[in-house]
Amino acid sequence: MVNPAPGQASAGVAGHDAHPALQHHFDTLEQQKESSSLGMWMFLVTEVLFFGGLFVTYVLYRLRFPGVFAEASHHLNVPMGALNTAVLICSSLTMALAIYAAQVNKKKAIVPWLIATILLGATFLVIKAFEYKEKFAHHLVPGPNFDLSLFTPDHARPAEMFFSLYFVMTGVHALHMIIGIGLLSWLVVQSRKGRFDSTYYNPLEMTGLYWHFVDIVWIFLFPLLYLLGYHAR
Amino acid sequence: MSHAVSTDIHAPSSGTNYLNNGYGLRSWLLTRDHKRIAILYLISVSVFFFIGGIMAMLIRLELLTPEGDLLQADTYNRVFSMHGISMVFFFLIPAIPAVLGNFLVPLMIGAKDLAFPRINLLSWYLYITGGAFTLWAMIHGGVDTGWTFYTPLSTQYAQGQVMMAALGVFIAGFSSILTGLNFVVTIHRMRAPGMTWFRMPLFIWSHYATSLIMLLGTPVIAVTILMVAAERALHLGLFDPRLGGDPVLFQHLFWFYSHPAVYIMVLPAMGVVSELIAAFSRKPVFGYKIVAVASIAIAVLGFLVWGHHMFVSGQSIYASTVFSLLSMLVAIPSAVKVFNWTATLYEGSVSWDTPMLYALGFIGLFTIGGLTGVMIATLGIDVHLHDTYFIVAHFHYVMVGGTIMAYLGGLHYWWPKITGRKYKPFWAKVSAMLVFVGFNLTFFPQFLLGYMGMPRRYWSYAPEFQVLNVLSTAGASILALGYLLPAIYLTWSMRYGEKAEDNPWGAVGLEWQTSSPPPTFNFHETPIVTHDAYDYQHQRPTIAAKGEASLG
Repeated sequence: MVNPAPGQASAGVAGHDAHPALQHHFDTLEQQKESSSLGMWMFLVTEVLFFGGLFVTYVLYRLRFPGVFAEASHHLNVPMGALNTAVLICSSLTMALAIYAAQVNKKKAIVPWLIATILLGATFLVIKAFEYKEKFAHHLVPGPNFDLSLFTPDHARPAEMFFSLYFVMTGVHALHMIIGIGLLSWLVVQSRKGRFDSTYYNPLEMTGLYWHFVDIVWIFLFPLLYLLGYHAR
Repeated sequence: MSHAVSTDIHAPSSGTNYLNNGYGLRSWLLTRDHKRIAILYLISVSVFFFIGGIMAMLIRLELLTPEGDLLQADTYNRVFSMHGISMVFFFLIPAIPAVLGNFLVPLMIGAKDLAFPRINLLSWYLYITGGAFTLWAMIHGGVDTGWTFYTPLSTQYAQGQVMMAALGVFIAGFSSILTGLNFVVTIHRMRAPGMTWFRMPLFIWSHYATSLIMLLGTPVIAVTILMVAAERALHLGLFDPRLGGDPVLFQHLFWFYSHPAVYIMVLPAMGVVSELIAAFSRKPVFGYKIVAVASIAIAVLGFLVWGHHMFVSGQSIYASTVFSLLSMLVAIPSAVKVFNWTATLYEGSVSWDTPMLYALGFIGLFTIGGLTGVMIATLGIDVHLHDTYFIVAHFHYVMVGGTIMAYLGGLHYWWPKITGRKYKPFWAKVSAMLVFVGFNLTFFPQFLLGYMGMPRRYWSYAPEFQVLNVLSTAGASILALGYLLPAIYLTWSMRYGEKAEDNPWGAVGLEWQTSSPPPTFNFHETPIVTHDAYDYQHQRPTIAAKGEASLG
């Protein structure tokens, strides 16, 4: 596939100067951008359904055990969760600013904003790790070491269920954050090479969509897991 | 026309095609050409078809007699589980979309490639990785949960390599998602000038509908398998009744994907059949628009019927009633297609080439599979027939009689385009007849067995069921021969077959306007579409002599 295609050469002759980022099978940069944008939105639809399975499970069990879920949520660390929410929202802002820098052709500003986003993402994960550590210390991890005595006898088992949901949902979310940080690191390398400017910044915009999506998932997770019993505290 | 392979390096660039554009292993394993990726898929799904087929033969041999003389209960459970897993996830779901769809979607709409060639290659690697995990599980003892992984059997009681097999299915699911994603974006954004939505071949419409199901359904099975894995490995009990969890929730989530997955298998098959019927009747498909819309209707309705797998799982009777009604609605767009194909034949100039034999076989077998589907969508009948061989026969009529018939028909139809060579029509017709006869002999007796009450998934049965089981096993051996023959003569034709013309069937459609095999970027010039699909009245095919008749 290294051979230049006959069609590729003629496409250049056909009218427009071939942009270095234009791939061989697209006619124009605009078509390429529209395609990746549609593809990314479609991918986010699949992500909504992926998390959807977890949210459906959550809703079903919460309707079945409303009191237990409220009680179990008191064992989560609301200040840390709130801090993480703030951190993530800030990271979405820095992500948007990185894209804006490309749009207005301030190429030097792209990398700092990307690095700021990576650092905020990493901060989120560190705080999350401290929270997980706290759950381990308090015997709130489901399984043989789950401390049933922390709850009234008939609440203990469904409370274990709540923590199963907590770990699966936040765990899958954290995995998405890690993948996002990987993508951002790749963008830093590409930006350093000067790949992005106001004519071409698809990968920045697509990663941005992904990052905002992961952010939004947390915006749902935080109240559903941490705040659902807060008023009755 | 392409030249002999050995002289091609010296041929002018117009003589190069996607097959002789590089020969090394690297040029195949790192290719981004949708046509080469289709070939990679063709080889890998054939391997899984072979593995699944061996498991099927073991099942049929064991059921030759009522006693467990070849396999005992535990081995038998593992064999039918691995048969289901390899056939469903690694053959039927990718077969038509990833092989024929990959090859043809860009060609049929006049694009140079799929929208995301690298993601296309990634999807094949994901498939291979998933397949490797599943093979590892198979070699290290297999699983005995059935392909459905029902909880709490899969999470607590099952022995064997449940984690590995589930991981394999999980990974292969993402390969399916990426294929669907690629098709949707390609069909939306990369059609040639003049290729409006209602000028697209029905193959493209059905692949569009299939892709929607892949995108909306597959993530749900992925997360469901993830939850099963979390429960089995990490004791995060999400379906565990001891924690107040609900195993029926697993079934809801599982069938939310796995019922639409049946339409992932059969919708592309319908697309293939539409192409074949039109080409070998020399007529546009009757009611083209309604057939196109019926594909979308099947995809949408397919998401509303999953509960009909759970009539006896303790689901509310009101839910069951609604699911029963909705399931019958699927019969409407399906019947529209069957009637319209039949109407296309009327006053057509029908020829009996091999692909057409498969297409006609599909119509008959799919009709039986579909109508028995309406029967078991009825609540009262389903309670009687649930988990019997009637169900086994029903879904094999749809999946094998439907999908595999269409897959083979399509493979025979586009083979000259894919390889640039022709196969021997005599052997092709013999094998098509063997498949049809063998299939019916294998699975029709199973309808009777199920109706008489023989339950599925047991290694032994009451002696009065033996005659029909012997018939079924005899049919399976004929069917196996029918599947083995194409493997031989198609492979043979790749080297010794006669060179194919660009348009050996005299069919319309953009894929026939480029050379056989096509150049790497599909068309020497981007085609401009001026006619509707299947416009046989106005578009005179360039080759007058038709198809296999020209071989004499």
